[in-house]
Amino acid sequence: MQQFIMTLIDGINLGSVYALVALGYTMVYGIAKMLNFAHGDIIMVGAYTIVVFITRLSISVPLAMILCVAFCALLGFVVEKLAYKPLRHATPLSVLITAIGVSYLLQNLALLIFGTNRQFIVRFIDVGNFNLFGVSVSGISVIIWVTTIVIMIGLYTFIKKTKLGRAMLAVSEDKGAAQLMGINVNRTISITFVIGSALAGVASILYSAKYLNVDPYTGSLFGIKAFAAAVFGGIGSIPGAMIGGLLIGLIEALTASYLPFNLNAASDGFAFVILIIMLVLKPTGLLGKKNTEKV
Amino acid sequence: MKRINLKSHRNLIFVAAAIVVYAFIAYGMNSNLLPRATQTLAIKACYNVILALSLSLIVGFLGELSLGHAGFFALGAYSGCIFSINSNLPIELRFVLAALIGGTVAAIGGFLISSSILRLQGDYLAIVTLAFGEIIRSFIKIIPVTGGTAGLGGIPSLGSKLKTFTFSYVFVILTILVIRNIVASSHGRAITSIRDNAIAAESIGINIKLYKIKVFTVGAFFAGIAGVILGHYINFIEPANFNYNVSIEILVMVVLGGMGNLLGSIIAAVVITFLPEILRGFDQYRLLIYALALIFMMLASNSPRIINFRVKAREKAAGLYKKLFTRKEE
Repeated sequence: MQQFIMTLIDGINLGSVYALVALGYTMVYGIAKMLNFAHGDIIMVGAYTIVVFITRLSISVPLAMILCVAFCALLGFVVEKLAYKPLRHATPLSVLITAIGVSYLLQNLALLIFGTNRQFIVRFIDVGNFNLFGVSVSGISVIIWVTTIVIMIGLYTFIKKTKLGRAMLAVSEDKGAAQLMGINVNRTISITFVIGSALAGVASILYSAKYLNVDPYTGSLFGIKAFAAAVFGGIGSIPGAMIGGLLIGLIEALTASYLPFNLNAASDGFAFVILIIMLVLKPTGLLGKKNTEKV
Repeated sequence: MKRINLKSHRNLIFVAAAIVVYAFIAYGMNSNLLPRATQTLAIKACYNVILALSLSLIVGFLGELSLGHAGFFALGAYSGCIFSINSNLPIELRFVLAALIGGTVAAIGGFLISSSILRLQGDYLAIVTLAFGEIIRSFIKIIPVTGGTAGLGGIPSLGSKLKTFTFSYVFVILTILVIRNIVASSHGRAITSIRDNAIAAESIGINIKLYKIKVFTVGAFFAGIAGVILGHYINFIEPANFNYNVSIEILVMVVLGGMGNLLGSIIAAVVITFLPEILRGFDQYRLLIYALALIFMMLASNSPRIINFRVKAREKAAGLYKKLFTRKEE
C-alpha cells in the first residue's frame, strides 16, 4: 500500500510537469494552429541554462530561475521571428517540417556545446519533507503541484479576462474575423509563442529541480509525451491539458513500477500506444471541441 | 483508368541509362578503381535511395508527413533477416525471398497503421507515425526473437561487395520503376490531387481513405525492402539502427531533393550518403547541417521575402542576359 501511494505521488509529480508542458503545446496549437515541435527542446535548453547559471556560474538561485525563464522566452521569440513567422501562409506540412528542423537544430546545438554526456545539476531547491496522511512527500513535489495549479489558474484567467487573452481566443476562432475587429493577428501569435516558451522555461526549472540531470535528448521525448497529454485532454483546452498530463504521468509511473522488469524497456512505448488508441477513438480528446471543416 | 504501360519509351530509356551507370560502378568495384569506402557507400546509397523514394511517395506526393519511416524500415529488416538466418536455401534466392518477406511485413504494418488513422491528417498523423516508429522500436527491444537491445547478429552475407551491390541495385531500379509509374499514372494524379486539395479531390469522386492506405502500404513495402538490404550488408542489426534520427535523415533527403520530385530525392539520397565522406573531419556538424537544411528549404520555398528576392533576382538575370545578348548582335 505504502509503495502504491508512493507510485501515485510519483505519477502525479511527473504528470504535473507534463501538464505544464502540455499547457504550452495546447496554447500554441490552439492559437497558432501549429505543432511546435521545438517546445520540448526549449525545455532542454532551459535545463541547460540552469546547469550553466547555478552549477557553473553559481548565480543566486532566484535570479538564475528568472534568467532561465527569460532566456526561454527570448529563445521562443527568436525562433518564432526567424523560422515560423515567414511561414504564416505556408502549407501546414512546410510549417511542421520547419518546426522539426528547429527542434533538431536545438538538440544538435546542445550536443555540440555540452556533449552527449548527461549533465548533473546540484540540488538547488532544497525543502524538507511533508507528512501527508501518514506518507512522507518531498517538498519538491509540493512545489511542483502548487506551481502547476497556480500557473494553470493564472493562464485561464489571463485568457478569459484580459484584452490580450481574449484577442488570442478570437484569433484561434477565426483569424480573418479577428483581423477585421482590429486585432493584430501576427503580433498576437508572436506573443502566444513567447508565453508558451516562458511556460517551457518554468517547466524546465521544475524538471531540473526534480530530476537533477539533463542531456540533449531530454526534451524531445518528454515533449512528445507532453504533446500526447495535450491531445489526450483535447487540444486547445487548458483544463484538458491538466487532466491529460496527470493521466499520462500516472500511467507512466504505474507501468514503470508494476510491469515485469523485462517489459520495462518498452515503457516509453506504452505512452505512445495510449496516444494512438486515444487518437483513433476520439481524435478531439477528452475535453476538445469538434472541428468541422469548411470549404 | 489507363493501364500502366511498362514498355513505354521513358521506362526503356531509364533502364538503359541504369544499366550504363551500373556498368561503370561495377567496373570500378571489380578493378578496385573505386576506393573501398566508396564501394561500401555505394551499397548504402542503394538502400537510402529506396528509403527516400518510398518516403517521397508519402510526403512529396500524398502530402502527409511520416515520421515513423524508420519503423517500417525496422519491420522489414527484422522480419527479412530472421527469415534469412533460419533458412537453408541458396543465398541469392534467400536474399530475394527475404526482401519480399521484409517488404510484405512492413507493408502489413503500413496497412494497419494507415487504416487505423484514417480520420487523422496533418500534425496528428505525423505524431501518430512518430509514435508508431517508437512503439516498433520499443517492442523490438522486448521480444526475444529479435535479440532485444543486444541486436540481431549472424545475418548471412551475399558474398562479395560487388554481388551485394548488384542485388541492391536491381531492387533500386525496380523501386524507381514502380514508384515512377505509380506517380505518372492516374493513381499518381489522384494522390497529388489529395495533397493539393483534399476536399476538392473528394468531391470529384476520389476515395481519399483508400488512396491513403495504398500510399502508406506501398511506401512501407519499399522501406521494408531497404531494411533487408541493410541487414544483409552490415550482417548485424540493432534497435539503434532504426531510431528517430533515421526517420529525420530520410525526411531530409526528400525535402532537399524537392518534395514531389523523384529525381531530386534520388540525387539527395546519394549526396547525403556520401556527405560523411565529403565532410570528413566535420562529421559532428552533419546533423546540424540537416537541421539547417530543413529550415532553409522550407523558408526558401515559402517565405514571402525570399520568394520576392528570388523573383527579382531572376528578373535581373533575365535583364542582364538580354543586355549581353543584344550587345552581341550589334
